[in-house]
Amino acid sequence: MTGLDPLLVVEHLSVEFPTDDGALHAVDDVSFAVMPHETLGIVGESGSGKTVTSMAVLGLLPTRARVSGAVRFRGQDLLGMREKDLEKIRGAKIAMVFQDALTALNPAYTVGDQIAEAVTVHNQIGRDALATRVRELLTLVGIPNPSERAEQFPHEYSGGMRQRAMIAMSIANDPDLLIADEPTTALDVTIQAQVLEVFGRIQERTESAIIIITHDLGVVAGVADRVMVMYSGQQVELASVDDLFYNTRHPYTAGLLASLPRLDRRADKADRLHRITGQPPSLVFRPSGCSFHPRCPEARIGGLCTEVVPELREVAQGHLSACHFAQDIFGVERVS
Amino acid sequence: MLSFLGRRVLFTIPVVLIASFVLFIFVRATFDPTAQLRSSHADSASVAREKERLGLDRPVVVQYGDWLGKFVHGDWGQSERTREPVFGMIRRALWYTVQLIFWGILLSATVSIFVGVYSAVKQYSPLDYTFTGLAFVGLALPPFWFGLIAIEFLAVQPVNWFHLQEPIFSFVGLHSGDSTGFNLDYVRHLALPVLTLTVQIIASWSRFQRAAMLDVLQSDYIRTARAKGVPRRQVIVKHGLRNALIPLVTVMALDIGALFGGLIITETIFSIPGMGRLFYESLLAGDATVLVAWTVVTALFIVAFNLLADVLYGVLDPRVRMA
Repeated sequence: MTGLDPLLVVEHLSVEFPTDDGALHAVDDVSFAVMPHETLGIVGESGSGKTVTSMAVLGLLPTRARVSGAVRFRGQDLLGMREKDLEKIRGAKIAMVFQDALTALNPAYTVGDQIAEAVTVHNQIGRDALATRVRELLTLVGIPNPSERAEQFPHEYSGGMRQRAMIAMSIANDPDLLIADEPTTALDVTIQAQVLEVFGRIQERTESAIIIITHDLGVVAGVADRVMVMYSGQQVELASVDDLFYNTRHPYTAGLLASLPRLDRRADKADRLHRITGQPPSLVFRPSGCSFHPRCPEARIGGLCTEVVPELREVAQGHLSACHFAQDIFGVERVS
Repeated sequence: MLSFLGRRVLFTIPVVLIASFVLFIFVRATFDPTAQLRSSHADSASVAREKERLGLDRPVVVQYGDWLGKFVHGDWGQSERTREPVFGMIRRALWYTVQLIFWGILLSATVSIFVGVYSAVKQYSPLDYTFTGLAFVGLALPPFWFGLIAIEFLAVQPVNWFHLQEPIFSFVGLHSGDSTGFNLDYVRHLALPVLTLTVQIIASWSRFQRAAMLDVLQSDYIRTARAKGVPRRQVIVKHGLRNALIPLVTVMALDIGALFGGLIITETIFSIPGMGRLFYESLLAGDATVLVAWTVVTALFIVAFNLLADVLYGVLDPRVRMA
């Protein structure tokens, strides 16, 4: 890690949604930082709070959401910022790429118009320069015949093309930070690889930092520098990508890694993939102690795990884990 | 788009033919154009002569073919009630109804879109609840009741309350005396009938627009637009309203089509000699020739506005154009 100031700092971020049964803790005390030019992966299963975290950063949550903590971008507090000022940062300094570009693009406007809008919202630019810029962006993300393609509507694009168009839109103003929420989830594997390759190219060119949100550990392994693992709205582990994969310090991460199909290992016993038993807990009624304990193969029932909420603490240089027994060596081998 | 349009237009031809045939048969089966002659104790020979003159002695399909040929050429027959050409009667009546519909729709669309968008954007705000409440009251106000109440409390009673020379709003016809054209007199005549016909329309369209807008505001592309830094107002109008209008325009076109024959009560209450009044009077007089032409003309409007709804849908939603 470099000695630069972090680009984005998130401190003790919590997001609650009021429900009839009480507050739903979608995100619970999450802290992390993103350095310039870095790629941070956020991993977790559905409902673990990955997307809500990223939406909270840009102030895109519905008004009924109660957000607390601090989000600072280049030292500026984003949570307390007025909508008018946030609009100047959204899309210009911090841009988002959404999952499922078919619904994330407006069906009533051409792709070119929607990319052009991203430019004109933040810049005064002439018509010809704008058209050139749109073509340039489409070319950058690898869309052939950009002039023709710009005139087409989202439904005339293939899935991979739409995701690229979405990326083109997000990089229109060379943002410092790109938040990609499940950018490859709706795509098949070859297209996934192409889209990830586009991210790599963009990062080389624009030197932006990227937060990539995914449930796919394979994606994270390929592109991220550091990885944060989330479970039930809480962060459970944060480490460099190598440490996370080879020096796992949380049983949930270990479980996720063990669930990956691997070609180099014959599945023993019943020819089945490893799975984490049980269901993710309710975000309204959390289990006592560590919220992962009901599913954890290492849990000491009646001990710390069921009684005390584990703190996120540094267990090795730059490696954070929220497990009481993180010092005991966990590894893929042991769990599977 | 052109082939879509072409196919859609071709498709309406059989619809119109079938509708006009059914309507022709039904009117023929219900009304006897020689009834008046019979009731005046004419001898059977003169009744038979009249039947032959009108072609009633031939098979009904032949009569229909004959009628259709003349109808297409603008010869819609002669009213048995007034002895006038039916074509001219309907054209005159239509002009009054078109004026009511034009102003009524203009008002309804403006109010409904504004109310619907506001209610969706400020969902569950006091004003949203107010609009919702008013919409339910409005839906429960049938024109025959609301029209009379409006005359009583907006035209007749204010004269007593404020000791006026004459009512602020008139409730007979669309002009008084020899006044013509668009002037204050016209507006004073239009106000109450237009209000009467719009109450239920505004109530239903504004609810519809609210639902459509709520639906759109929750969609992913609205979030995308906000994430791009598009200002809130522009997000609502350019990205939200643009898409929320698609279903509303369809409903509007269908509703407007039905209004050409649907203002019978409003026109009767306000003595406006439009399509509704013409139908009412012709029905009472058993004027079969007018009734056939009238029902076919109103059917034509419904078909035409259905067609318009489809075409507008294609214009507004690029995804439809492809198919």
